[in-house]
Amino acid sequence: MELLPTIWFIAIAVLWTGYLFLEGFDLGVGMLMKGFARNNTERRVLLNTIGPVWDGNEVWLLTAGGATFAAFPLWYASLFSALYLPLLLVLVALIFRAVAFEYRGKVDNPRWRARWDWAISLGSLLAAFGVGAALGLTTTGLPLNANGDREGGPFAWFSAYAVLGGLAVVGFSLLHGLAFLALKTDGDVRHRARKWFVRLLPVLLLPIAGWAVSLQLLSGEAWTVAAVAAAVVAAVLAWNFARTGAEGRAFLSLGTFLLLGSASIFGAAFPVVLPSTLNPEFNLTVSNASSSDYTLGLMTVVACIGLPLVLAYQAWTYWVFRRRVSGDHIPEAHSFLPAIAAKALAPKD
Amino acid sequence: MDALEIARWQFGITTVYHFMMVPLTIGLGLVVAVIQTMWHRTGRPEYLRMTKFWGKLFLINFIMGVATGIVQEFQFGMAWSEYSRFVGDVFGAPLAMEALLAFFVESTFLGLWIFGWKQLKPAIHLACLWIAVIGSVFSAYFIIVANSWMQHPVGVEMIDGRPVMTDAWAVFTNNTALVAVPHTIFGALAVAGAFLLGIAWYHLWRRRHDGIDTLGADGKVVPGESAIPGRDRTDHAVWIRSLRIGAVVAMISFAGTAITGDLQGKLMFEQQPMKMAAAEAACHDGTGFSILSIGNLGSKNCDDIVAVIEVPGILSFLAKGDFTTEVKGVNSLIDQYKADYGTHLPDNPIYGERAGQEIQYVPVMEVTYWGFRMMIGFGGLAAVAALAALWLTRNGTVPASRGLMRLAVFGILAPFGANAAGWIFTEMGRQPFVVAPNPDPSGIDQVFMFTAAAVSPGVSAGELLTSLVVLTVVYAVLLVVEVKLLVKYIRGGVAAAMPELAHAPADENEDATPKGGGPGKPGDDVLAFAY
Repeated sequence: MELLPTIWFIAIAVLWTGYLFLEGFDLGVGMLMKGFARNNTERRVLLNTIGPVWDGNEVWLLTAGGATFAAFPLWYASLFSALYLPLLLVLVALIFRAVAFEYRGKVDNPRWRARWDWAISLGSLLAAFGVGAALGLTTTGLPLNANGDREGGPFAWFSAYAVLGGLAVVGFSLLHGLAFLALKTDGDVRHRARKWFVRLLPVLLLPIAGWAVSLQLLSGEAWTVAAVAAAVVAAVLAWNFARTGAEGRAFLSLGTFLLLGSASIFGAAFPVVLPSTLNPEFNLTVSNASSSDYTLGLMTVVACIGLPLVLAYQAWTYWVFRRRVSGDHIPEAHSFLPAIAAKALAPKD
Repeated sequence: MDALEIARWQFGITTVYHFMMVPLTIGLGLVVAVIQTMWHRTGRPEYLRMTKFWGKLFLINFIMGVATGIVQEFQFGMAWSEYSRFVGDVFGAPLAMEALLAFFVESTFLGLWIFGWKQLKPAIHLACLWIAVIGSVFSAYFIIVANSWMQHPVGVEMIDGRPVMTDAWAVFTNNTALVAVPHTIFGALAVAGAFLLGIAWYHLWRRRHDGIDTLGADGKVVPGESAIPGRDRTDHAVWIRSLRIGAVVAMISFAGTAITGDLQGKLMFEQQPMKMAAAEAACHDGTGFSILSIGNLGSKNCDDIVAVIEVPGILSFLAKGDFTTEVKGVNSLIDQYKADYGTHLPDNPIYGERAGQEIQYVPVMEVTYWGFRMMIGFGGLAAVAALAALWLTRNGTVPASRGLMRLAVFGILAPFGANAAGWIFTEMGRQPFVVAPNPDPSGIDQVFMFTAAAVSPGVSAGELLTSLVVLTVVYAVLLVVEVKLLVKYIRGGVAAAMPELAHAPADENEDATPKGGGPGKPGDDVLAFAY
C-alpha cells in the first residue's frame, strides 16, 4: 500500500465529510424554506441563520472536486464524465440556489420572493440529491470500460444505489438543517425545528444507514462495521438530546453520526475509489488512479498549511455570528423609490 | 456539430460569460476596499455612502461569478475527461490550491464583511474586505498558472505518455503566468474604472437635469439639495469623487495592460509564434504591422489576404523590441509545425472520426486578427474616454448633454469587450492545441495535446448539446435578471443601498461613524444586514 495516495484518499474523504457536515445544514435549511417556514418573516429567519456562511460551506465542494482532480485525475475524469447529466443538474441547482440567496431580498415583491424561494428549496433538494447520487455511485460502481469511460449511454449510471445515495444526502441534510435551526433560532421556529427533528430522525436517517450497511455487506471490514454501530449510537444520542432540549449536543451528536457513517463508507470502499461494474480489473484504485508522489507531496504540504487555516477562520465566522436569530432581529423589508425616474435614459424629455 | 465542437462552444460560452462577472468582481472589490479605507481614515460621509453603494453593486455581481465558477471546475472532468487524465498531475494542483487557498478566503471573509457591519469592530470589518479582495486576486493567480501551463508547459517530464510534475517552482513561476496575472488584474481594474465613471456620470448628469446642481457665475458647480432622500450636497460629492476615481483607475489600468500586454506579446512570439502571426494575419516573413488587412482571413492558404495599410518595423518592435528583425509569417511557420508535430492526427481511437485527418495549424484568423484589435481598440477607447471625462468635469460636474451621458453609460461595455476579446484571442489562437507545445530547445517539446484528443470519449454529443442549451438558456435568463437588478439599484442611488438615509437622514453619520458604534445602543437587536 502506498503512503501518499492513501493519505490523499483520507484527505478527500475528509473534504467530502466536511462538505456534508457544513453544507449539509445549509442545504437542509434551504429545503425547509418550503413546507417548514410559514411566512416571509420565518423564511428570512431561516435564510439569515446561514446567510454569512453558506458560500464558505459550498467551497468545500469545490475543494473536494479540485483535490480529486489534483490527487486522483483518473478518478475525477471518470466519475465526472460518467455522471454528465446528473452533475449538470447539480450545477444548475447550485447556480439558482446561490443567486436566489443574494437576489431574493433585492426586490420587495411577494411574487419575486416566491420564485426565489422555490429556487432555494428545489435547488437545495436537487443539489443534495445529485451530490448524494454521485457519492453513492463512486462507492458502489459505474459501468466503466478499460479506459475509464462510461459504457451504455447517458443513463447507464442509473441504479438503485444512485437513488439510495441521493436520498441519503437529502435525508441527512434535512435533519441536519433542523438541528441547525433548533440551535440557531429562537421562538416558534426553534421549537418546531426541534419537534420535527425528534419526529423525523428515524425516517430521514434510514437511507444513509441503508447505504452504509450495503457497503459493509459489499466490502466491509471489522472496524468499518464497528463504525456503523457507533454511528447508530450517535443517532440515538442525538435523538435523545433533542427530545430533552439539549440542542447543541443534539447537533454535535448528529455531526458525530456523519463522521462515523462517512468513515464506515469510505473505509469499506478503500482501496477502490471507483469500481467498474463491467469488470473488476477496470476498477480505479488508490494506486492506479493517483498522481505522482511529487504532486501528492506538494499538495500534502499545501493542505497541511491551508486546511487548519480554513478551519480556524471558518470557526471564527461561526463565533462572530453565534447569536440566535429570531423574527425580532429581521429588519423591515425596504422598498425604495428610484432617486431617478426610469425615463431618464429615454430618447426625449 | 460533433461532440468536440459542442464541447468547445460550451467551454467558450461558459468561460466568456464567467469572465464578464469576474473582472468586475476583482476590480470593483479593490476599488471598494480602497474607498472603505478612505472612510475609515477620514470618517467623511461621502466615503461611507460610496462604500455602501458600490458595495451593493459589487455583491449583486459577485454572486453571479460564484455561481458560474462551479461550472468551470466541473466542466474539465465532465466534458474533457481525456484532457483531465492527461494533464491532471500538473493542472489539478493549481485548481485545488485555488479552492483551498483563495476561494475559502474570499467567500468566508466576504460573508463576514456583508453581515458584520455591527458585529465586527470597524478596523476588523475593513480588514475582512481586504482579505476577501486579496483572496480574489490569489484566485486569479492560481487559475492563470493553470491556464499558462496550457499555453507554455514547463516543469514536467513525460512519463508513460503523461506529463508528470517535476518542478513545482517552474510551474508556479511560469513567465507566461507572471505577465498574464498583472495583465488580467489591470484588465479587471479597467472594467471597474469604466463602471464607476459611467454610473457616476449618469448621476451627476441627472442632478443637473433635475435642477439640483447648477453652475455658478464662475462656471463652477453649485451643489444643491433636494427633498428626495439621499440627494443632498453629500450626494454630489459621492458622484464626483466616484467619477474621478473611476477615470484615474481606467487610465492607470490601460497603461498597465499596455505594458504587460507588450511583455506578453514578446513572450508569445517565442512561445506560440503561430498565434502571434495569426493575430497579425502576417502570412509572409517581414517586419510590418497591419493596420488593416482585407481579403478572406478564413482562407487557410493565406494567399487571399492583402495588407492594405501596413507600418514597417512595428511588428518587429512588438516581437523583439527593434525595427528590423524578420518575424516569421504563417506560411513558413506551417512547415515548421508540420515538421515538428506531424501533418496528420495519429490513427488513434481517441481522435474519433478525426483520426488520420490533416492537422490545421493556422487558427481561425478572423478571430485572432480581429480579437487582437478589438482588445486593444476597446481598451484604448476607454482610456481616451477617461482622460476626456476628467477634462469635461473640471468644473465639478458633467456637461448637461444627454448624448455625452449616454456615451459614458454605454462606455462601461468597452473594457468588458476588451477582456472578452483578449481571452477569445488567446484561447482560440492556441488551436489546434489544447496544451501548446513549448518550442524552447531546452524544454519539453513532446508535451502537447491536440484539442481533438481532449474531449470525453464516453460522453455523447446529445449530452453535450443538452448541457450547452441548458447552460446557455440559464445564463441568458440570469444575465437579464442581474442587469435589471443592477439598473434598479443604480437608479435608486445611494438611498437604495442605505435605507437608513430615507428613515433618519440626520443620524446617518452618528449611526455608523467608524469610531463610534459598539454594542448596547438602541436598535442594536436588528441585524445590520439581512437577506
